[in-house]
Amino acid sequence: MKLIFEKGNTNRGCDLIPECDVPVVTLSQKFHRKIELNLPELSETEISRHYTELANHTFGVNNGFYPLGSCTMKYNPKVNEELAKLPGFTDVHPLQPEHTVQGSLFVLQQAEKYLCEITGMDHMNFQPAAGAHGELTGLKLIWAYHHDRNDSKRDKIIVPDSAHGTNPASAALAGFTVINVPSTDDGLVDVEALRGVVGEDTAGFMLTNPNTVGLFEKDILEITSIIHQAGGLNYYDGANLNAIMGVARPGDMGFDVIHLNLHKTFSTPHGGGGPGSGPVGCKEILSRYLPSQGIIEEDGILGFAHKDEKSIGRVKSFYGNFLVVVKALAYIMTLGAEGLKDASCNAVLNANYMMHRLGDVFDIPFGNGPCMHEFVISLNKLKKEKAVSALDFAKALLDHDMHPPTMYFPLIVYEALMVEPTETETKETLDEAIRIYKEVYAYACKAPETMGDYPLTTPIGRPDEVKAARNPILRFDFSSK
Amino acid sequence: MSDKILFMKSHEWVQFLDDTTARIGISDYAQSELGDLVFINLPEVGDEVIVGESFADVESVKAVSNVYSPVTGTVKAVNEDLLDQPELVNSEAMETWFIEVENISDKADLLSELEYKKLISES
Repeated sequence: MKLIFEKGNTNRGCDLIPECDVPVVTLSQKFHRKIELNLPELSETEISRHYTELANHTFGVNNGFYPLGSCTMKYNPKVNEELAKLPGFTDVHPLQPEHTVQGSLFVLQQAEKYLCEITGMDHMNFQPAAGAHGELTGLKLIWAYHHDRNDSKRDKIIVPDSAHGTNPASAALAGFTVINVPSTDDGLVDVEALRGVVGEDTAGFMLTNPNTVGLFEKDILEITSIIHQAGGLNYYDGANLNAIMGVARPGDMGFDVIHLNLHKTFSTPHGGGGPGSGPVGCKEILSRYLPSQGIIEEDGILGFAHKDEKSIGRVKSFYGNFLVVVKALAYIMTLGAEGLKDASCNAVLNANYMMHRLGDVFDIPFGNGPCMHEFVISLNKLKKEKAVSALDFAKALLDHDMHPPTMYFPLIVYEALMVEPTETETKETLDEAIRIYKEVYAYACKAPETMGDYPLTTPIGRPDEVKAARNPILRFDFSSK
Repeated sequence: MSDKILFMKSHEWVQFLDDTTARIGISDYAQSELGDLVFINLPEVGDEVIVGESFADVESVKAVSNVYSPVTGTVKAVNEDLLDQPELVNSEAMETWFIEVENISDKADLLSELEYKKLISES
């Protein structure tokens, strides 16, 4: 399709701006643009059709099944949007006097209270804009904690080899050296190997539980205690919280600091700019280092606490992506304690149903026991025997009105497809997906040579991914117009 | 392929030019597993590399992976062609060296070509 800059014609407008009713001020010549501004000039019909076309080329949870592993692409209840649109939330300025925004402060206070209850943390800070930003903030808290105790030799963060790629990246960005610890053949953290790498230089350990192969780390209490005994802190990557909400709490597992992804677990829009929200939570021992110190109540009036002198400082302007917090709070209050627990239980049930129904055709490396909210398929056999890769398989699924699973992650599984159906899909949807997965697999075995051609029905077939990564064209060149 | 080429289990190859100098690259199996490479990060001439530790990373359309050194020594030369043309590794992995190392003082337990082929056929 054409870009908006390639559409329309000169002097075609549809501005709806009211006539100016204040004196026009002209800036001095030195502030004027030297080159005319290239703005698209389109009729309202053209604009409407342009964005409708864009929307039609987009695929989201409103279009179909979206089992993107580790991303929790659950349905986003529309009531959340209605509540986030309330003028009391949208028509406020972040610098307004506190007594005029008591409702917004109440949202932050309640969201902190509920999220602490769900995770077993003592504090929750909403500044981080998304998951990896939350990781960086959480790791800065660990850094601040050790340095504040004059224990600055602790510069190593341990991560399992199955970790989300953001974990080692965030640790490196926060100034730590990353130590990898291998997984066992069962897909769990190798406790003995972990014991072997901890020491006086251990700053902390990062883990998501359930882990990225969809298994609950059954030795979690031993793992976190090994780190604590070595003098380190435990970081919980909240990406997989959807498996355990209302059932188990990171705080009870021995984690000291966590981040959540409100855009995963708490049903706010994910992808396409979200925006996300990656609150960082911590136990009391880390509270003084938080970017800001939360909401306090004095004489029935809510206000922001003064920043602690030990705070690591602000990580985002104002209060983070506040309206996302409104939506997450709406979700929590709509479902309630029992509802959140049901959501997690159904997420786990749906994943197990799919895993077991697919198990007769697909190789599921850690599929002997039950999985949590997601599971991993390996197409290594198909790759070796028929030269059909996980990428080919995923691309072929695009012709079936569904989003493919996550590919090539976790790295410890060859030709991995990571499936996370979430709790908001019906049995009929899962059955249909299972049927299509098996159909595509059978076809790949029968006609492997054609598998490089798919998808056939999407606006773009196979983009040149190498060229897209190496020479991305990120802006429109007006001279080409 | 020269008979002097040895392999690491982590899919790097090393070709000794003499007792203390060697060239290092990644195996054809490694490039085929990684898929099309889009970036390669290399060390600089004069940097130290340590046996078993990462000295470079390769980014493919799938993932970023570390490249581990089979030897301890000093980087004598880097293959700068790779900065602009990482695809050379995809087309000729065994002919495309990443770095040349001198003053080699230590090396890993390395596999012969036969042993390495056995390893990848079992994976």
